[in-house]
Amino acid sequence: MAKITLSNLRHSYMPDPKNPEDWALKQLDVDWEDGGAYALLGPSGCGKTTLLNIISGLLTPSHGKVLFDGKDVTALPPDQRHIAQVFQFPVVYDTMTVYDNLAFPLRNRGVNEREVDIRVREIAEMTDLTPMLQNRASGLTADGKQKISLGRGLVRENVNAILFDEPLTVIDPHLKFLLRAKLKELHQRINNTMIYVTHDQTEALTFADQVVVMNMGEVVQIGTPIELFEKPKHTFVGHFIGSPGMNVIPCEIENGVAMIGGRKIKTANKVDKPKGKTEIGIRPEFINFAAKGIATKVVKVTDAGRFDIVQTNCEGQRVNLILAKGAGIPSENAKLAFDPANTRIYVDGWLSGEGQQI
Amino acid sequence: MNKPVNQKAWFFVLPVLVLVAFNAIIPLMTVVNYSLQETFGSNVFLWSGLMWFEELLRSSRFQDSLGRQLFFTFTILVIEIPLGVIIALAMPKKGPWVSVCLVLMALPLLIPWNVVGAMWNIFALPEIGLLGKTLNSLGFDYNYTRQTGNAWFTLIAMDVWHWTSLVVLLSYAGLVSIPDAYYQAARIDGAKSWAIFRYIQLPKMKRVLTIAILLRFMDSFNIYTEPLVLTGGGPGNSTTLLSIDLAKKALGEFDLGPAAAMSLIYFLIILLVSWVFYTLMMRNEEQ
Repeated sequence: MAKITLSNLRHSYMPDPKNPEDWALKQLDVDWEDGGAYALLGPSGCGKTTLLNIISGLLTPSHGKVLFDGKDVTALPPDQRHIAQVFQFPVVYDTMTVYDNLAFPLRNRGVNEREVDIRVREIAEMTDLTPMLQNRASGLTADGKQKISLGRGLVRENVNAILFDEPLTVIDPHLKFLLRAKLKELHQRINNTMIYVTHDQTEALTFADQVVVMNMGEVVQIGTPIELFEKPKHTFVGHFIGSPGMNVIPCEIENGVAMIGGRKIKTANKVDKPKGKTEIGIRPEFINFAAKGIATKVVKVTDAGRFDIVQTNCEGQRVNLILAKGAGIPSENAKLAFDPANTRIYVDGWLSGEGQQI
Repeated sequence: MNKPVNQKAWFFVLPVLVLVAFNAIIPLMTVVNYSLQETFGSNVFLWSGLMWFEELLRSSRFQDSLGRQLFFTFTILVIEIPLGVIIALAMPKKGPWVSVCLVLMALPLLIPWNVVGAMWNIFALPEIGLLGKTLNSLGFDYNYTRQTGNAWFTLIAMDVWHWTSLVVLLSYAGLVSIPDAYYQAARIDGAKSWAIFRYIQLPKMKRVLTIAILLRFMDSFNIYTEPLVLTGGGPGNSTTLLSIDLAKKALGEFDLGPAAAMSLIYFLIILLVSWVFYTLMMRNEEQ
């Protein structure tokens, strides 16, 4: 188990990167605590898998360092970093039994058979594989195979971290929940550092203590699920997390106060002399219909079960609301009231007053 | 549920039945016909039962050529399959050299069979051929037209040169279809290259290797043109394989009955071995 530090890390697949878009991974400085559960969340192609492969050692970063417990491991191959990785598509050794699959990493390292047997049975118990230990691995279902992949990682005693690369992609929906709960349980039991890559916000928010949101090869925000929800540092985070995502409405700034359509908007943060595009960000949960406020027109109401999603058109700008069932939806002369504590000004996408620091 | 009964469907199968009848069933039945009868020419046939089959199976000539055939097929399989796999493993998996290698590998397969025979015939001539002359000047007493061992060496070298490419291409196709994640997982699990080969590459190549072995078995068991052009079955009868023997019997000696019986036995051996091999491989797969 180890604390993982990424220092000055950058990566490009090109030999001579010049433009910002040549970088698969832009400047990155992060500390991940020992025993934490982290999720890397972002859309496809944002660099999460690149980052994961750099940590596991499958990829050597073109710049910067990876440290485990302060020790530089940048040049070490994967088997010497003592990490485990579970891939998107289950990898099992088809010709072997489940038992032999689990024993494989130990036998490769010359562990004696008596110890192998003890470890394999212990891990099989943990991953619910005991009843099928003597079956051929190729005959298992996708979730069984993913458990084998995971088990092969857990079977070594000195694993520094367990990395997951979208491990639930090929799992049936009704099993996803079970397997996710299993992962969470294992994390609490063995208390190992776990890093989980996904583009599914539900997976990330339920699994991780800390979620790392990435976009275009850049870490946009690191925070607890609640922080990401309540105080997104970038409009991208606001939009990517939440369903529907945060409303982003262009605004003007006069004397440090946000104005939409000539009307002052009370916000939680201030901005002095904005350079660049200014926007208001507010989550649909924090908007209500009121007697006074910004005029808007209701376009569509979607029934989402326990609440309604109301889509309105506010002078050409789409604004969503989430309303409790039974709350009145005005048919005309609708006016919107924003909750000031959860209304924020963003400059060029970044939360104003916080700068680009993460 | 009631299935609709419509006998008109048979009508649509008819063209295929006619085609198969003319290109397979009727010719085969003619051979069966010949194998059970005796003739002294002028289209007079006498029923002879299984006489030709018994006679053939007892004849040392047939046993010898069958033995040579089995030896030939076994030897080339033992050389070509591992060699093909090794070459496929050594070939680059990406980059500009991939297409260069593939074209080079495909070249021998594109050459007509009798040209291959003629090429090697000249290549190995002891006085003027590049191979024969080189071997002789290195001090080897090499003459494939006179010495049995040399003839076999040349024959097998020719087949390996001609057909290993097929095994290479099939194995290569199997290799490149293995997802990267398997290699990555193996690296993380600390597997050495032998373990990677044994537990990832070989199992993933199993299907294509099954096909490769089957194809090479059938083709080498049927081989005719190349040895005929290279050695003509000689020196003596030492490289007379089944097909050459059969052609001698049927066309040279015009023994229709024995030749027909031999054809059928020949055909049944190939069918039987292929079936047994394929069934074994596939049963293994299901377990």
